[in-house]
Amino acid sequence: MSTLRRGGRLGWLPLAPAVVLLLVFLAGPIAYCVYIAFTNMQLTGSSSTDFVGFANFRRAFADPVFRNAVWLTLVFTVISSLIGQNSLGLLLATLMRRASKPVRSLTGAFVIAAWVLPEIVAAFLLYAFFRREGTLNAILDWLHLPSQNWLYTLPIVAVSFANVWRGTAFSMLIYSAALAEIPQDITEAAEMDGASGLRRFWHITLPMIRRSIATNLMLNTLQTLSVFGLIWAMTRGGPGNRSETLPVFMYDQAFNKSLIGYGTAVALLLLLISSLFSVVYLRLLKTEV
Amino acid sequence: MRPTAPLILAAAATVLAAGSLTACSSGSGSSPDTVKIAYQRSTNNKVLVMDNYLEAVKKDFEKANPGKKVKLIPIQADENAYYTKIQQMMRSSKTAPDLVYEDTFLINSDIKSGYLAPIDKYLAKWPSWDQFLPTAKTAAKAQDGKTYGVPDGTDTRGIWFNKEIFKKAGLPVDWQPKSWAEILDAARTIKQKVPGTIPLNIYTGKGPGEAAVMQGFEMLLYGTGTDPLYDTASRKWVAGSKGFKDSLGFVNTVFSEKLGPQQSDALDPNVGTQVQTDWLPNGKLAIDIDGSWMGNQWLPTGGKPWPEWSTVLGQTAMPTQNGQAPGKVSMSGGWIYSIPAKSKNQDLAWKMIEQLQTKENAVKWTVQGAQIAVRKDVAADPGYLKSSPGVDFFTGLVQYTHYRPALPVYPQISTAIGEAMEAVTTGDAKPDGAAKTYDDALKTIAGDAVVNKG
Repeated sequence: MSTLRRGGRLGWLPLAPAVVLLLVFLAGPIAYCVYIAFTNMQLTGSSSTDFVGFANFRRAFADPVFRNAVWLTLVFTVISSLIGQNSLGLLLATLMRRASKPVRSLTGAFVIAAWVLPEIVAAFLLYAFFRREGTLNAILDWLHLPSQNWLYTLPIVAVSFANVWRGTAFSMLIYSAALAEIPQDITEAAEMDGASGLRRFWHITLPMIRRSIATNLMLNTLQTLSVFGLIWAMTRGGPGNRSETLPVFMYDQAFNKSLIGYGTAVALLLLLISSLFSVVYLRLLKTEV
Repeated sequence: MRPTAPLILAAAATVLAAGSLTACSSGSGSSPDTVKIAYQRSTNNKVLVMDNYLEAVKKDFEKANPGKKVKLIPIQADENAYYTKIQQMMRSSKTAPDLVYEDTFLINSDIKSGYLAPIDKYLAKWPSWDQFLPTAKTAAKAQDGKTYGVPDGTDTRGIWFNKEIFKKAGLPVDWQPKSWAEILDAARTIKQKVPGTIPLNIYTGKGPGEAAVMQGFEMLLYGTGTDPLYDTASRKWVAGSKGFKDSLGFVNTVFSEKLGPQQSDALDPNVGTQVQTDWLPNGKLAIDIDGSWMGNQWLPTGGKPWPEWSTVLGQTAMPTQNGQAPGKVSMSGGWIYSIPAKSKNQDLAWKMIEQLQTKENAVKWTVQGAQIAVRKDVAADPGYLKSSPGVDFFTGLVQYTHYRPALPVYPQISTAIGEAMEAVTTGDAKPDGAAKTYDDALKTIAGDAVVNKG
């Protein structure tokens, strides 16, 4: 490879197909979305599409339902991604390192099964688990504990748990790999110095897997911000707007209310929120290395 | 809920999530000799009334027109998802079907979007058109004076009630409520004397969509006074009316006093299927404010054959709020066959409409689909009059019936009403607060065309 002169006349040729594909299938639709977000395009009720400037964005910021959706999206992300998937994944990975091999493979198989299931299948399972006559209430009844209509009274918590259930495996896999990379001798040296388990974890394990934590947080957060199918199948954003996160709000506006332009503007705002999160994580990643 | 329902719900959601993608794929196999018909299939897999009827007409058509084919495109989804899907299909000539089955409430909106083609040139040469009742002829007439579709029936709405439960509760089996208060009183009695049954079902919320707004809300609202939703004289939408708040108050009372189904069941998009195939046939529900077509699933050809329904269930008209004249209220809608503007086979599609509306087929569909006839020859047919004991009752409601404002923004206004209903059903808002939210939404949707009647 080194004999090939860089930047030759035809050096761009091997890259060209990929670039063309990216432009056509990625940049193209995004550019089209940006265009639609500044128009009043509707699915029905109007034949013309006019340019309306920032009207869709002004409407979003003035809309209490939109602000509610932003808030719920943050709640959903913090509960299910930052607290749930991330911490639980780390905990599972740490425990599994100490567990015997059969326990390890069995737990691993179960957790990963939840992750491998297609989103809509997982959503249906969890819907059956949480609904009024569902599995969870049957268990609570059996334990003589008061049952709850989870999807109705605490919908955002129910969908957050569903997302934790589904996404923890991913974090666990990343952390298992990261923990395996920690050289055994460092841990042993600390042990010789008399450091307790918790101190070893805090002063050795965590600093050594910092980069994995940041990567994992970023991937988790971005994935969670765009969760749609899970929530749609479990609650449709309801009752009222009590589990309506931004992707569900966007769908509702664009397709139920036929306001394609407004829905697309909300999609762009969601993109903006995702990129804010990314920037923060990338910064963290940089300073910590 | 039926064990299959959540799965179907989930499947419908997948179809939706992939909305635009699937819309692309269904256009394949376009040929000048094939008529593609898009229609809604029930979310209950056992319910295939329309599928069976269309299959039969398809055979007739292919026999009568050698070399021509009919391709049925069933769209299995709840109502809102169905509308979204057909609108997406009609946007592009690659995916547009040649014939589409549309709810009349959507038609003006879709006409304004340029999705549908006028069919006046065909109607002028079609003798059967004279058989249609004048109101039916205007069902698909747009503001431009052109006609965009052929209705295949209409419907009315009233109250179904379970006489066996009424007997147990000590209520009269020839029940005829004269006001809203009498309905609520009956429901309270049932709640007290027959525990374990659902006293009263009124559709509500965003999930059931237009079903909640029309069968639920408008049945109340149109019993509060004249022009309660849209003022035809000033051509403006009505905001701030007392009737609107009172109607929300009724819904609120039903759910706060637990006279209705569990809120989570009531707000489920598939609740209509559940009422029709489970709650009513299995004696779980006492009073149901619902449509004339309920019987179509209980016929031997339906999804839940239930021969006893004609003796178990009684029908009565929905009263006005306080019994004010004319005493009864009903709402009518109906569905029509339209030809999308981007269809490439419009002439053949028209031939298919003629086939669907031969007198024999029209009678067959009116009976099987439990429709109220819109054609004089069908209405006089003995097969129709004998089809089910409810037919004459619901046909009799035509004189009290109201039609929804046939305007392009109606679908959006309907959505706003559904949200107001959901808020008072869950208890998130009081009727006054929900009515105010609706008024604000109305101003966003209709702009200047709003009049305050507070």
